[in-house]
Amino acid sequence: MTDPTIRLGADIGGTFTDVVLEVGADRFSTKVLTTYTAPEDAIVTGLHIVCGKAGITPDRIGQIIHGTTLATNALIERRGAQTALITTEGFRDVIEMRSESRFEQYDLNLTLPLPLLSRDQRYTLPERMDAQGGVLIQLDRADVVTLCAELRQGGYDSIAVGLLHSYANPAHERLIREVLAQELPGVMVSLSSDVSPQMREYERFNTTVANAYIQPLIASYLHRLADRLAAEGAACPVFLMHSGGGIMDIATAADFPVRLVESGPAGGAVFAADIAARHGLDKVLSFDMGGTTAKICLIRDQTPKTARVFEVARSYRFKKGSGMPISIPVIDMVEIGAGGGSLAHLDALNRITVGPESAGSEPGPACYGRGGTRPAVTDADLTLGKLDPASFAGGTIPLDPAAAQAALLAHLGDALHMDATEAAWGLAEVVDENMANAARVHAVENGEDLSDYTMIAFGGAAPLHAARLCEKLGIARCLIPPGAGVGSAIGFLRAPFSFEANRSVFMPLSNFDAVTVRALFTEMREEATTFVRSCSADAPIVCDYKVFMRYKGQGWEIPVPLSQEVAEAADADAILARFEADYAALFGRTVQGMAAQITVWSVNARTPTSAAPPAAVVAAGATPDSMTDRQLFDAALGRSTQATVYARAAMSPGAHLHGPAAITEDETTIIVPDSRTATALADGCIALDVKDAP
Amino acid sequence: MTLSQVQLQVMWTRLISVVEEQAQALVRTAFSTSVREAGDLSAGVYDAQGRMLAQAVTGTPGHVNAMADAVPHFIRDIGATTMRDGDVYLTNDPWKGTGHLHDITVVTPTFHNGTLVGFFGCTAHVVDIGGRGFGADGNSIFEEGLQIPIMRFANAGSVDQTLIRLIRANVREADQLIGDLYALATCNEIGQRRLIQMLSEFALPDLGAVSDFILTQSRDATLARMAALPQGSATGKMQIDGYAAPVDLCVTVSFNGDHVLCDWTGTSGLDPKGINVPLVYTKAYACYALKCAIAPDIPNNAASLEPFRITAPADTIVNAVHPAPVALRHVIGHLVPDTIFAALDQLLPGVVPAEGAGCLCNFQLSLRPGVGAPAGAQRAEVLTFNSGGAGARPTLDGLSATAFPSGVMTMPVEATEHAGPVIIWRKELRPDSGGAGQFRGGLGQLMEVGAREGYAADFSAMFDRVDHPARGRHGGADGAPTTVALNDGTQMRGKGRQPVPQGARVMLAFPGGAGHGDPAKRDPGAVARDLALGYITATTARDIYGLSQSDVDAILKPAL
Repeated sequence: MTDPTIRLGADIGGTFTDVVLEVGADRFSTKVLTTYTAPEDAIVTGLHIVCGKAGITPDRIGQIIHGTTLATNALIERRGAQTALITTEGFRDVIEMRSESRFEQYDLNLTLPLPLLSRDQRYTLPERMDAQGGVLIQLDRADVVTLCAELRQGGYDSIAVGLLHSYANPAHERLIREVLAQELPGVMVSLSSDVSPQMREYERFNTTVANAYIQPLIASYLHRLADRLAAEGAACPVFLMHSGGGIMDIATAADFPVRLVESGPAGGAVFAADIAARHGLDKVLSFDMGGTTAKICLIRDQTPKTARVFEVARSYRFKKGSGMPISIPVIDMVEIGAGGGSLAHLDALNRITVGPESAGSEPGPACYGRGGTRPAVTDADLTLGKLDPASFAGGTIPLDPAAAQAALLAHLGDALHMDATEAAWGLAEVVDENMANAARVHAVENGEDLSDYTMIAFGGAAPLHAARLCEKLGIARCLIPPGAGVGSAIGFLRAPFSFEANRSVFMPLSNFDAVTVRALFTEMREEATTFVRSCSADAPIVCDYKVFMRYKGQGWEIPVPLSQEVAEAADADAILARFEADYAALFGRTVQGMAAQITVWSVNARTPTSAAPPAAVVAAGATPDSMTDRQLFDAALGRSTQATVYARAAMSPGAHLHGPAAITEDETTIIVPDSRTATALADGCIALDVKDAP
Repeated sequence: MTLSQVQLQVMWTRLISVVEEQAQALVRTAFSTSVREAGDLSAGVYDAQGRMLAQAVTGTPGHVNAMADAVPHFIRDIGATTMRDGDVYLTNDPWKGTGHLHDITVVTPTFHNGTLVGFFGCTAHVVDIGGRGFGADGNSIFEEGLQIPIMRFANAGSVDQTLIRLIRANVREADQLIGDLYALATCNEIGQRRLIQMLSEFALPDLGAVSDFILTQSRDATLARMAALPQGSATGKMQIDGYAAPVDLCVTVSFNGDHVLCDWTGTSGLDPKGINVPLVYTKAYACYALKCAIAPDIPNNAASLEPFRITAPADTIVNAVHPAPVALRHVIGHLVPDTIFAALDQLLPGVVPAEGAGCLCNFQLSLRPGVGAPAGAQRAEVLTFNSGGAGARPTLDGLSATAFPSGVMTMPVEATEHAGPVIIWRKELRPDSGGAGQFRGGLGQLMEVGAREGYAADFSAMFDRVDHPARGRHGGADGAPTTVALNDGTQMRGKGRQPVPQGARVMLAFPGGAGHGDPAKRDPGAVARDLALGYITATTARDIYGLSQSDVDAILKPAL
């Protein structure tokens, strides 16, 4: 019999598939290698491992929540279906012409990423809406029928429909869908007015094309997965983590597979948000650093920041603009090429640069002794004393300090007249500065000041770098939770069922129509609630209201959250006051004498996250017994220090120690620099605090 | 290297990040589509002496040197001793800013513990500054709009309301312009906050040590590149449309060991209309072209730019002085790199591309209620940025419909149609416009545009390459020329303000880039792909690339 308190989270990543089983308050986890040809195999293997650990049979599992990189990888590797685009006559090349700009200004040999669909896969129809949604040229049904004959010959499995201004009036897109259903039954159809009803044709069309392109692949995988899990005895409902940090059912995921992009990292952000809730933290910087990249996300009021556009498959050193824009509700993260395997070299100005090129697991950093000769971040960490060569990865990968030093000298130190330690310091400082800068830029884009934030750090490499980042960002406290190695999969189990309904309706506050607004909010609330209800028949549902506002004439809006009272009362004065306060907080001052307007309306319905039990407060107590001492370079002091080494297992609640220190466990090491203390909290988190903090 | 050099390098990286943040804040708060959608802006940080330390990489190489030169003008004209915390200065002086009245430059002094430690500067292109409106038709600077000399926008934190009223009275889109001024001030403020945080974090009294480090490293790296070049000089020439008469651009580039010299002697004199270029803008695009070829990876700052020396005789079209009309200085400015590449191809074979569309294919529509206007109809100014094809590279095809040398973005059609009563009926690639070659030129684009029903419009054209298409290199063919006409076939001029009858559409064909190398050497697979995708027509495939009719049929009618 299924038990609703038994839940399984499964995260398919690039290297590992993480599976976490929670049985009431107990947690069992495993990592198995990802099986590319049939990704469901790894989940099934992991399922049996964790069920075995827990001593249950798979039929007891009440719910499975899944996230995957398959959608992202299909886009990066261009492994999609035979897909066509139907668009407005005169606009065949929108997805190829992009923004007509170059993302790298000084490279004469720049090449731009190819569009997902080449020109011969893009078809046009005579029709036209205006910016207000009025019909300028009526779409003729007969033209669509004629086009279908041509499409039939193309042998398409999936068709994207993107017409100009369809976010304002979807009638023509819907007519096309109707005709396609008759003429080409069985072909999947994605409408831009459904997938991404937002202004700006390039982003909207591209998102719709991406959705159509991966839809056959993902839909078939999802159905196969559900069947396979049922065959293994786990016949419970299966849900998917989406890019926005919520959960959706399989049918919705199969309709909008583009919403699965980056669902794994979204789980990581939800994991951090859950820790934030347990500790009552309203301002959190989530810092997830693995082998290849680091992901940074802002979490306000225990909710990860969301955005409406992001870029996938950056082709040119993670450079902004070199990927393809996807406009869907997403957890707003910055991802940069900074991980344990990121490689360093000297540029033309003899500056140390790090990443995005990564040594990966083969050959790996020089210190792995598997043939790598170039210095990676892990080589610097080892040389600075942050890692113990004998106990890396629980002792399974012995590290070679001499190889690390040789690589640092050969590629950096010799040219800069530095010894290996100085070169390592430089390398580590550069990668830490890169991550700190990414965090700063991300904060300013969101109008946040990081100095009163708490960091939550997870992922294998994060605890080595977290404290230094805090020093650079002026952050006083960092929490390193237990289970950080499978954080994303744990996050899936913490995510709410949620759905965000959006409408693009322009409304100047000077022409505010309370009746329309109330009707709009009611309609969106019903849409969003109905969806959540389909996932969970009886859970309570809360709605979050938000409008996107700007001064008349601006092109970019700021999100303005509204209380339920203000939204339901449709109170224009209260909305304006809220906008002005938020604008001033973001940009320093309001613009005098300008009219404000609302462009996008949003209602997010969600099940309230099970009130996270607050972590008990513990008084800082005794210092645990240390294992040994070692030399640890302190980047802020610019010199080596004598650090005490502790085992994380020995850090019972209340255990308190002063940096410089290193706290070791199998998956990682927590570095406590001279400026910080470490305290074990009741829930197993280790808190790193500024020494003179009260 | 000593230990502290690691920290200096960290601070350098930080400053580059600070100016990127500064630019981002401007995009987010700006009102003009040219800024918020197209990215026609720049942002930089300066030390207390006004030396530029870092500049955001934005859409506009045209601001490169102009920004580096701007702050010293502000220091001279305002006087460092009178500067106070909370002051914000501005100008649109083409010769002290970035080349025309439509660029507003805003500079903010930054104080730390009561001492002036540096400046933040930023520039943005606004849609209207009064006068005749954005276009080529002015006979002098006095017709091109409101001139704002270097002065205070805010005095110790309070905005000068007299200035605001004066500006409002002189421009067509007052709210938009005032909003943009606030956005410019905001973006400097964001930069300032970060700089002060950095100084506190590193316990520095000022930027002195950081500034010396950045400038020394940059100068050394640039000089090392220059020393490694083959010494010598070569001359490049290019004739373009101009306005009143064709213009000859002529430049001699000399690699002189410790500097590179570009001398524009031999270039035509001033045009009577507003396509003349202040030297500061010529310098920007000349430096940009040289940096692409010689030192693409060295960041722009006062020291890395200094060894690039650009000279031109006064009163040539690339060194116009007050009060010459300069509103469309970008047209010739954008063609500066192609002229320099003609010289560089002789000095550095196999590096530079063939000629391309060069200047952006911009136009502005001035709309007013006409016969049958809807109730409440108002005037509007709508500016769009568009690109032709770039030139083929020595080993790669040219980029289609992609700006070069400018790096601005086009505005989304949907955003443009929200900005005013216009309809863009077509915006797509122009087949056969890329010059043939072993490597093909980038394709230009086709646009059709008209006013909405009930509106009349004037069309301000800002195009070149109507009579002088991009020329092929090393056997490559020329790109297709620009054409401009009404939908009834009436030809229009490539430059200047021209009426569009109510109900008519303007049909635009933007130029392609030129080819590189003999078309006979083109990879047959690439020719087949171009034909299959419609980048070239069957005629071109047969006549230029030598495909037989049966080849063509096989490609166009895949096995059904």
